Amino acid sequence: MTVVDEVVTYDCRQAFAEELRALARADDRIVAVCNDSVGSSNLVGFREEFPERLINVGIAEQDLVGVAAGLANAGRIPFVCAAAPFLTGRALEQIKADVAYSEAHVVLCGQSPGMAYGELGPTHHSIEDLSWIRAVANLDVIVPADPAQTRAAVRWAASSGRPAYLRTPRFKVPAVTPADAPFAPGRAVRLTDGDDVTVIAIGSLTSRALEAAARLRAEGIGVRVLNMPFVDPIDTGAVLAAARETRGIVTAEEATTSGGLGAAVAATVVTGHPTAMRILGIPRVFAPTGSAAFLLDHFGLSADGIVDAVRDLLAGNG
Amino acid sequence: MLPADPDRAIRYRDAVARIRGAGAEAAATELAGIAREVRRSIVRMIDRAQLGHIGGDLSVTDILVTCFWGALTLDPQRPTWEQRDRFILSKGHCAAALYSTLAHSGFFHTAELDTFMAPLSALNGHPNKIKVPGVETNTGALGHGFPVATGCAIAARLAGQTWRTVVVLGDGEMQEGSNWEAAMTAAHYGLSSLTAIVDRNRLQQGARTEQTKSLEPLGDKWRSFGWEVREVDGHDHLAVLEALAPSTNGQPVAVIANTVKGKGVSFMEDRVEWHHKVPTREQVALALGELGA
Repeated sequence: MTVVDEVVTYDCRQAFAEELRALARADDRIVAVCNDSVGSSNLVGFREEFPERLINVGIAEQDLVGVAAGLANAGRIPFVCAAAPFLTGRALEQIKADVAYSEAHVVLCGQSPGMAYGELGPTHHSIEDLSWIRAVANLDVIVPADPAQTRAAVRWAASSGRPAYLRTPRFKVPAVTPADAPFAPGRAVRLTDGDDVTVIAIGSLTSRALEAAARLRAEGIGVRVLNMPFVDPIDTGAVLAAARETRGIVTAEEATTSGGLGAAVAATVVTGHPTAMRILGIPRVFAPTGSAAFLLDHFGLSADGIVDAVRDLLAGNG
Repeated sequence: MLPADPDRAIRYRDAVARIRGAGAEAAATELAGIAREVRRSIVRMIDRAQLGHIGGDLSVTDILVTCFWGALTLDPQRPTWEQRDRFILSKGHCAAALYSTLAHSGFFHTAELDTFMAPLSALNGHPNKIKVPGVETNTGALGHGFPVATGCAIAARLAGQTWRTVVVLGDGEMQEGSNWEAAMTAAHYGLSSLTAIVDRNRLQQGARTEQTKSLEPLGDKWRSFGWEVREVDGHDHLAVLEALAPSTNGQPVAVIANTVKGKGVSFMEDRVEWHHKVPTREQVALALGELGA
C-alpha cells in the first residue's frame, strides 16, 4: 500500500473543537470546563466566542469534574476538556460519584489519549483510562476513529442526557468512516467484508486495521474490519456474528489490554460464542522513551502487528 | 424518587413563614423544637438500623435545621424546581441527619425513615439524589460536595439567577485537598452566592482533628484563600442564621460553626468513640429522654 504516505491525516481535536463551537452557538446550555488546558484542548476559539462559557478551574482535576457536575445540576451541559491521563487518573472518584452515580449529564473529553504524549513518558500516557472508565457504571465510552466520527460523537454526547467519556485521538488519523456510517450506542461500523478473520479496531488503530486488511486480502485472506465507536455499550450482535461467521477475532486499541476493547469483546465472546482471539494493545508495562508513532509500532499496534496477529490466529498458534 | 408528604410540606411552608416573620425569641424557640424532633428521629433511625454516624449527625443538626427552616428557599413538593436554593451535605456520612431534616420538611414521608439502611431502601448510608428528593449530588466519599457546590454557584451566575448555594463540610473533611481546590476556584470567580459551612466539632473518626492533621488556624486559612469568614456557635440557631446573611464584600462566605459532636446526648458529647458507635437499647432510652421524648 504505497499510497499511505499520500493519505491526508487529521488531528481530531480540530473537528472536536469546531463541532463544540457549532453546538454552543445553537444551544446556550453548552459550556466548556478545563484545567488550564485551553490550548491543548483547542479551546482558544471557544474562549474568544463564548468567554463566559469557558470555565477554567486551573490545574485542579478533582475540582474540574466536581464543578462540571454542579453546572449540570443547574441545567448546563458541560464538556470537560482535559488531558486524558489526568482527567481519568486524578479525578476517577469524581467521575464515579459526582458524574456517573449522580447521573449528571457531563461529557468527559479525554484529550491526547493513548500514547499521544509519546516522549513525555508514562505519567502522560493515557493507556489505563479505558480500563478505569469501563469499570464505572452508567457511563458511555466513546472512542472516535476520525474527524467525522469525532463530530458525530460530540453531537451525540451533547444530546444524550447521559454521562459519557469521549476519547478523541490526537495521533493523526485519516478519514475512515463512510458518510452514511451509523453512530449510535451499541452500533458497530462494518468497514470491510470478509469471512476469514474479524479485526475490531477503535480510534487510531482503525486505519491501521484497514491497511492490514488490504494487505491480507492481496494474499487471499478475507478480513472483516469492524469499528466500535462505542466501547460501552458494545455492539454485542456484531461481536457474536463475527465469532460465528469468521474463524476468530483480533482486537486493536491504543490502551492497555487489561480492561479496554479487547476485554469487552473477550467477555462477550466467552459468554456468547467462544472463539479464538488475539488482543492487541499495551501489556501491563510502562512504555520506554519514544514518539507516539515509535511506541505504537514498538507495541505492535501497526498494520504489520495486525497482519502478524491474523496470521498467528489462522495458524492456530496458542 | 420518594414522593413528597404534601401535608407536612404545607406545615413546613407555614413554619418557615412563621419563623422568618417572627421575633428572635419566637424563632429561636421554634427552631429549637424542630431540632429536637430531628434529633429524636436520628436516634431512632440509628437504633433501628444498628448502623450510622450518630456523633456527626447530632453535631450538624442545628446547622441543617437553621438552613432548611431559617435561610433557604426550597419547595419540598418541587424538589427540582429550577429556582430553588442548592443545599449540599458534603459530609455525606451524616445522611441520617439529612434524611431526618428532609422528612420533617415534607420532602418524603417520615415513615420512610424506618427503612434507613434496610435492604433496598431509598435511604442508603450515604445520600443518593436519584432516590431521595432534596439531595442535590451523591456524597459519601469526602471532598466531593464543595466542588459540585462551586459549579452550582457558577451556573447561577452564568444564568443571572439569584438562588444561592450552601454546602456543609465536616471539619475533618477539610483535610481533603479537593476542598482547597474548590476554595481557590470559588474565590477566583467571586462566588458571593456560595456559602460553605464547616461543622467544626473538632473530632474525626480516629481522634481529635488537631491530633490527626491540624486544621488551625482554620479561619486564617479560609481568609487567605479569599473568603469572608464568620465564626459562630453552631448550636445557636439565631447566630447561624445571622452568619448565613449575604456576603458583604462580594466574596464567598465561610461559616465556621463551632459544634459539639454528639450534641444533645450528654454521654455522647465530645467523645471520639461516638463517631459511629451504635447505642444500646438502654442508651437509646436515655438519649431520647434527654432529647425530650
